[in-house]
Amino acid sequence: MIPKPDWAVSVSPHIRKGTTTSQIMWTVSASLMPVLILSIYNFGFRSLIITLISVLSCMFVEAISQKALGRAVSVKDGSAVLTGILLAFVIPPGVPYYLPLIGAVAAIFISKELMGGLGYNVWNPALVGRAFLQASFPVAITTAWIAPQQLAKGAWDVFLSPGSVDAISTATPLSVVKQYGITALTQQFGGLDSIYWNFFLGFKPGCIGETSALLILLGGLYLMARKIITWHIPVSTLASAALVAWIFGGQTWFSGNPLLHVLSGGLMLGAFYMATDYVTSPTLKSAQLIFGVGVGALTVLIRLKGGYPEGVCYAILLMNCLTPAMDEWFQPSRFAPPKAAPVAAGK
Amino acid sequence: MAGTTFAKGGIHPEEHKELTEHLAIEEMPPPSQVVLPLSMHFGAIAQPVVKKKQEVQEGEVIAVVEKALGASIHSSVTGVVKAIEPRPHPTMVRCDAIIIDRDLSAPPRQYSTEDWKKLSREQLLARIKDAGIVGMGGAGFPTHVKLSPPPNAKVDTLVLNGAECEPYLTTDHRLMLEYPEKVIEGARIILRVLGIKQCVIGIELNKADAINVMNKAAAQSSEKDDTVVRVQGMQVKYPQGSEKQLIYSLTKRSVPGGGLPFDVGVIVQNISTTMAIFEAVAMQKPLYEKVATFSGRALNRQANLKVKVGTLLSDVVEYLGGTKDLVKIVSGGPMMGFAISSIDIPVTKTTSGVLFLNSSETDLGEFGPCIHCGWCMEACPMGLSPKEVGLYVEAGRGHLTEKFGIFDCFECGCCAYVCPAKRPLVQFARLAKIAIKKRG
Ligand code: SF4
Ligand code: SF4
Repeated sequence: MIPKPDWAVSVSPHIRKGTTTSQIMWTVSASLMPVLILSIYNFGFRSLIITLISVLSCMFVEAISQKALGRAVSVKDGSAVLTGILLAFVIPPGVPYYLPLIGAVAAIFISKELMGGLGYNVWNPALVGRAFLQASFPVAITTAWIAPQQLAKGAWDVFLSPGSVDAISTATPLSVVKQYGITALTQQFGGLDSIYWNFFLGFKPGCIGETSALLILLGGLYLMARKIITWHIPVSTLASAALVAWIFGGQTWFSGNPLLHVLSGGLMLGAFYMATDYVTSPTLKSAQLIFGVGVGALTVLIRLKGGYPEGVCYAILLMNCLTPAMDEWFQPSRFAPPKAAPVAAGK
Repeated sequence: MAGTTFAKGGIHPEEHKELTEHLAIEEMPPPSQVVLPLSMHFGAIAQPVVKKKQEVQEGEVIAVVEKALGASIHSSVTGVVKAIEPRPHPTMVRCDAIIIDRDLSAPPRQYSTEDWKKLSREQLLARIKDAGIVGMGGAGFPTHVKLSPPPNAKVDTLVLNGAECEPYLTTDHRLMLEYPEKVIEGARIILRVLGIKQCVIGIELNKADAINVMNKAAAQSSEKDDTVVRVQGMQVKYPQGSEKQLIYSLTKRSVPGGGLPFDVGVIVQNISTTMAIFEAVAMQKPLYEKVATFSGRALNRQANLKVKVGTLLSDVVEYLGGTKDLVKIVSGGPMMGFAISSIDIPVTKTTSGVLFLNSSETDLGEFGPCIHCGWCMEACPMGLSPKEVGLYVEAGRGHLTEKFGIFDCFECGCCAYVCPAKRPLVQFARLAKIAIKKRG
């Protein structure tokens, strides 16, 4: 017998690129911090508290469910933290403090761990959490808005109020447009130019992390520079949303307002951070383009024709359903495959 | 010069070549004993033609393969056969080996160079065969067989592989720098054997000095007759030196899956082999010495060493001052080499380098679930879906992976290198191939 050596004899390759799964998760989380800071400025420390509750709930639910399911606890990998941040970012700042915990159970336990854990979930966990909350707490989720710049205005009651703070709530631009039309929007938020500008910078009522197109864009560009995401999904999503909004968004055909749709609601966050989720979006670039086109188009169609003012969440969840099939259909083009067609694998 | 490259995929691993690329080839003093395994080539195991206690000369034939695919083995020292018995072997775990105690007083054998151009094609091939030359880049395929392609193969180009794209390894780099004429003459011998006129030498651009030196040597030699030996710079990208990628990079020809280079009119030789061919033909020196890179940060001293075939790694380690914080020993490059479990194994004809890696250089962490980032698919030079293969194997469905082109996978390791979840994708690919073969 050969004695077991003091050194390792594992398989090739023997060197690895540095990037790890958890580095990716932490980098994406870090790139969202500017958005959180603006949100605190806009909506008060409530944003921070809701986000913290959401993150801690997701970590807690993940640890408990992994224990219960007999898996190795992998909270350290940062994926639950990221889900927690994203979940908080798609709910309004004025919701009661217990809401993120319920969302976390849906996001982590139901949508992720019960489906096999990281990598095996079909739907984006944060969005499943949000959809679950929307179904269970429709009032809180659609009305608990806070007018922006509360911290600047010194509105400490926003921070202190333990329950839902709809007393000072306002309506989101999309719901104003949905209910009263674009004229009402300009009446409430000022002229179109200042609307674009404020929406782009992020001074508008909305979910915790959805308001600033600029900061989300910067975060997304940072992730592209770090080669964590590519342009394919965000660009195709935004382009198709703009196109569909232009075609169908107005009183007549081809008279819609694409810019307003792109800058409103969760489309930017969805395009850069939700639709790009590795696990629940297709892997191949060509499939990603189709996926993005679907997300953008469905988002605007739901906004225009559906019952909700906002459609990003359901649009992405719907497209998530197609991901496994698209991953099966779209295979990379091979380099010099065998001349004769390969024998079909024995079924 | 903008380098050429292959069609898709590829990675840029850290090179680590700075450890040895500036160190001239150093001749290690012969050890007091050599262990020569009877299998150092692709094909049948050689049969000994010497007996225990018999005296042998440096360069004398000690084992041959009759009638089957294989290559002769020569004694690398002058001395006495001590035993013929099973010993640890780099890839076969154990294999019969001829153990020779060196005669410490015997002087090294000298060789002189003669003009090979008067020799016929058959004589050239015979000398290559007699010298026991095998492909030194990989599996050790007998060179005299490789240089006799079937008559219907229309070979028109010889490709010399100077890519040396594996990190750490600097053997071919040093050979090209220090012996450019031998390499070029070797190439011309091969051209003569094949009866063709064209040779292109692919060298990665990170070896600018070698490109220079080889260019000069090639220009000088091309004046002598109507053959064209050309140097082509290639982008620094792994796996630039793997056969199909190299051929595409240099000739834009694609070897189809399951095919061989001569299907597209090409024969590939590596630098070490080409030089060995020159020495076999012009000096009648058999293949029993090997230049190899001994590197990795666990070694106290790294070096490009010329060692006798049959030198035990333990002797090399001792010569280089021992190791510290040794975590893994790899024979070959870090991307495709294999981990070895004993330092009592010898340097063979195909050893291109041995790496002694410390804990900062190699990662023994656990792997996690696939997060579908798709990086493995981007990196795969063959355009395969390593992630799917991995998932199938994990789910016990390895036998269904043929649709992903698994037999085109040559285990280059690009996919596993980039995988953020550190998944053992090469191992998964191997398991998938085994599963398919098992199901027939
Ligand atoms: S090891 Fe195989 S599957 Fe992985 S990159 Fe190389 S050829 Fe592709
Ligand atoms: S690189 Fe690793 S984690 Fe990413 S898709 Fe491939 S196998 Fe999965």
